Amino acid sequence: MDQLNAWFTQLLAGNAIFTANTLGFYWNGLVTTVQLVFLCLLLGIVLAVPLAIGRGSKRWWIKWPIYAYTYVFRGTPLLIQLYLVYYGVVFFNGIQDTIFWEVFKDAFYPALIAFTLNTAAYTTEIFRGAIKNTAKGEIEAARAYGMSKGLMMRRIILPSAFRRALPAYGNEVIFMLHASAVASVVTIMDLTGAAYYVYARFYAPFPAFIFVALIYLCLTFSIMFVFRRLEKRLLAHLRPRGA
Amino acid sequence: MTNWITKTLITATLLAAPLAAAPVLADDTQTVRLGIDVPYEPFVMRSADGQLEGFEIDLGNELCKRAKLDCTWVEQPWDGIIPGLLARKYDAILSSMAITPERERQVLFSLPYYNTPSVWITARDRDIDIADKASLKGLSVGVQRGTIRDVYVTQEYGDVLDIQRYGSSQDVVNDLKAGRLDLTFEDFPIAVDAIDFRGDNSPYKQVGPSIKTPTSIFGKGAAMAFRKRDKALAAKFDQAICAVYADGTFDKLMHQYFDYDLSVRPSQQDCAQ
Repeated sequence: MDQLNAWFTQLLAGNAIFTANTLGFYWNGLVTTVQLVFLCLLLGIVLAVPLAIGRGSKRWWIKWPIYAYTYVFRGTPLLIQLYLVYYGVVFFNGIQDTIFWEVFKDAFYPALIAFTLNTAAYTTEIFRGAIKNTAKGEIEAARAYGMSKGLMMRRIILPSAFRRALPAYGNEVIFMLHASAVASVVTIMDLTGAAYYVYARFYAPFPAFIFVALIYLCLTFSIMFVFRRLEKRLLAHLRPRGA
Repeated sequence: MTNWITKTLITATLLAAPLAAAPVLADDTQTVRLGIDVPYEPFVMRSADGQLEGFEIDLGNELCKRAKLDCTWVEQPWDGIIPGLLARKYDAILSSMAITPERERQVLFSLPYYNTPSVWITARDRDIDIADKASLKGLSVGVQRGTIRDVYVTQEYGDVLDIQRYGSSQDVVNDLKAGRLDLTFEDFPIAVDAIDFRGDNSPYKQVGPSIKTPTSIFGKGAAMAFRKRDKALAAKFDQAICAVYADGTFDKLMHQYFDYDLSVRPSQQDCAQ
């Protein structure tokens, strides 16, 4: 460890930008970004599963509101959604005196809310497509076994749909990681916020942004790796034999 | 064949001549592009018909007149203003930029032309003692990212205050008014203009003294910034700054916009050069 420290000190000697201080900023930014993205994806998927099922419903009063929601959140930029949640709530008179203010006062929760609603909208549509594309034969077989609709959804449709949705969902996870860069506009010190800080402090756009781009790349690669592994395992039955 | 070569050469020479002459010409007419971050009221703002106006616009135009230069204004958001200068998007910055050691490594500064303090602002009904650092623990302060005030707050209060960094000073004021911030640390003129904390009926007030030191952070005042190699251009503006101070034009302009004094009179020694 001491050796590593010494090596590190030597590496950074004579460089004004990447000091322990600014690397600390980047580290905190990394933690914030990962936290924010992980939480919003988790909440997003929890929201998206029932919404995706409801989106395929035959009843208009279930189907249409969900469609309207996904349409609005997929149809507007995440940055605008974030602005609306963060700066917009202030225009509800007296919100400062309510219990909600505890949530909205901080920048983290408005960002988390905007991100969650955004990713849930996309994930809903991804899942809905997968559910809709379930092979007819599987459904007929399930019906022939006498499964009820709920049982069929739980045992046959959803497990198969989730597997087929994996590649598209992996993409959404990566998109969400990159989209989270807008969090810095509402004072959140995420990775991009840290890069902005270093940029503004030292007027050095290239080192600041290239360094942060490399961190994003590493994150993206690890996400891709995880999904590759998952796909290999869960979609094994869809590959040609011997491949 | 020879004919063809000659033709090509003549054409090339004719085409290249104006290109070669262009920089010289530009130097002769001396068009100078001034970079500025808009708005920064009352230093610079947009009038109803879209024109730039404000103290720095008037001062800048006056300086250009004195230096016999033909100036145009180029808008540039603050956090990219020095890279923009170095990338030749404009030839000088005239945008309330304080002289600091870090910036001096990148750019060449003129004489300072004004100097204002920074102030802590909070809600009128809040009881905050800036001098007692322990009592500030957990309070949030808003600053504009990358400014000298960001540097000061980070350095002096980084371990007690919860620092929120914004892209613009508008966003800071917005969130102070929304109640998200306990404090802001603002440039005095900006605070006067955006928050009106001096009025008796204002819901905001200044706490603690106005801050101008340490000079290592706050600098000797706001100055124009140039690329390091443009020494001659900087010297012209130095002379112009001396001139507007010497004949009272600066004070006249200042009183048009401010009811307080923000002058930094250049010394005779500075002006003699």
